[in-house]
Amino acid sequence: MRTPSLPPKPWTKPSVALTLGVVTVAGFLLLDTKGVDVAGAFVKTGKDLVTLFLQPAAVHFTVWEAVQGIVLTLALGLLTTVFGAVPALFGGLLAARNLGPGWLSALLKGFVSLIRAVPTVLWVLIFAIGAGLGSVAAVVGMTFHSFGYLLKAYSEAFEEVDHGTIEALRASGASWPAVITQAVIPGAWPGLLSWTFLRFEINFTTAVAMGAAAGAGGIGFDLFMAAGYYFNLREVGAIAWGILIVAAGLEYGATRLHQASRAGHK
Amino acid sequence: MTGVGAVHKIYRQRQLWGGVGLVLVVIVTVGSALIAQFDLVEGFAAFPKALVWMGTNFVPDARAWANLPKILLRLGETVVVSVMATTAAAAVSFVLAILGSRTTRFHPGATVVIRALASLGRNIPVVAWAMIFLLAFGQTFLTGFLALFIESLGFLTRSYLETIDETASGPVEALRAAGTPWAPVVVHAVVPSVLPSLASWMLFMLETNIRSATLVGLLTGTGIGFLFDLYYKSLNYPSAALTTLAIVVVVLALEAASTLLRKVIL
Repeated sequence: MRTPSLPPKPWTKPSVALTLGVVTVAGFLLLDTKGVDVAGAFVKTGKDLVTLFLQPAAVHFTVWEAVQGIVLTLALGLLTTVFGAVPALFGGLLAARNLGPGWLSALLKGFVSLIRAVPTVLWVLIFAIGAGLGSVAAVVGMTFHSFGYLLKAYSEAFEEVDHGTIEALRASGASWPAVITQAVIPGAWPGLLSWTFLRFEINFTTAVAMGAAAGAGGIGFDLFMAAGYYFNLREVGAIAWGILIVAAGLEYGATRLHQASRAGHK
Repeated sequence: MTGVGAVHKIYRQRQLWGGVGLVLVVIVTVGSALIAQFDLVEGFAAFPKALVWMGTNFVPDARAWANLPKILLRLGETVVVSVMATTAAAAVSFVLAILGSRTTRFHPGATVVIRALASLGRNIPVVAWAMIFLLAFGQTFLTGFLALFIESLGFLTRSYLETIDETASGPVEALRAAGTPWAPVVVHAVVPSVLPSLASWMLFMLETNIRSATLVGLLTGTGIGFLFDLYYKSLNYPSAALTTLAIVVVVLALEAASTLLRKVIL
């Protein structure tokens, strides 16, 4: 348990808050709105949102095609999560500070923080030059980013495994693979599951984005066509509802798994 | 005897469930690969090829370095917009969370409405919000700002609300029992007990937003995303590489800064 009230550190907190506040206000004053009628645009967006959410309709594609689009996007999300998770599991074991040498841990964690620092869409576009736009580039790019994310998450889950259990098994002469399969992985299991599902949730959203921005197809591409090409608000609404329902369902699952993994730690 | 039998039964059950789970994951993965028309062999062959291509062609050259001032200007714009969206969302989220938290709300109905709105904000992907705002706000920084703002608002409102529910109820009840009115309760009990975790959530959101901002910019023609897209589409890969490098440096610097800030705040 953290103590709820901490001694105040006046020299940083207000200065950080002040900096953020100044940047925010200055941004509004200085950035170019290119002569857009801001008040009018807010009114228009308000009307757009009402049409969008209250009168959804499929126009250029059927509801069945929209379902297929969502399934394809889910498939991309799942595929990239699994492909990222497998190497990340091995990498995570090597990168956990309590299991391997410190220099290896630092090296691997540094490497994946580089991978994660590049936004996923850039990875997909970079891989698309070699593999062509489409599902291959999207899968490879998203897998790369998932690998970086999961390796860090897994190694931290391994580091939380009770040190005593590992030492006891080692002292009783258990082999290295036995320690991993009997103590480390079962101990970290709820955390591993929770992180993996959370990444699946993220990857669904990312797959929507890759459909819209990097030609990966699926419901994201439908969204891009409806909003950026046909300018059909009711169609955008239908797609937004579809994505919202799936994303909220995934979020519910991720929250349940997270609570289960936290309960396991107490 | 029965004890050993029970342990063996647990192990066998664990192995059985592990086997069933593994088979399920494999089936779903293969199904996803078929749906996404992802060829595993092609995908794995593309990966090393793409890396080799990156190493030889995706490298900044002298012409790219001449673009550095332009890149830094655009990147600065993107960072400022991310900070603006995060700061504004954090401020509004705090008010919403106070109105919606079990311990400080005026009416239980407020919790339902605020939670539903927050879910809408975060579960509709940021790209969808960007496409929606693009219709009225055009290619200005406001489109990206609003998309990131709504997404952050949805995420932070939920996190703040749950933080206040979890950590502030004790101090609030203590002050309430002493007959303190609502406003002083908020100022003296809620704010000091939750501020460190709220700040930590906000820093996390800022890190996320810097990455999302690139994607949003790519779609809406603003900021660093626009510049990357420009270089990418005109096959100016050295400049696209330098843009990527600049993003990586900023993201890593921001991560380091927020780690440092967390240590000070928490």
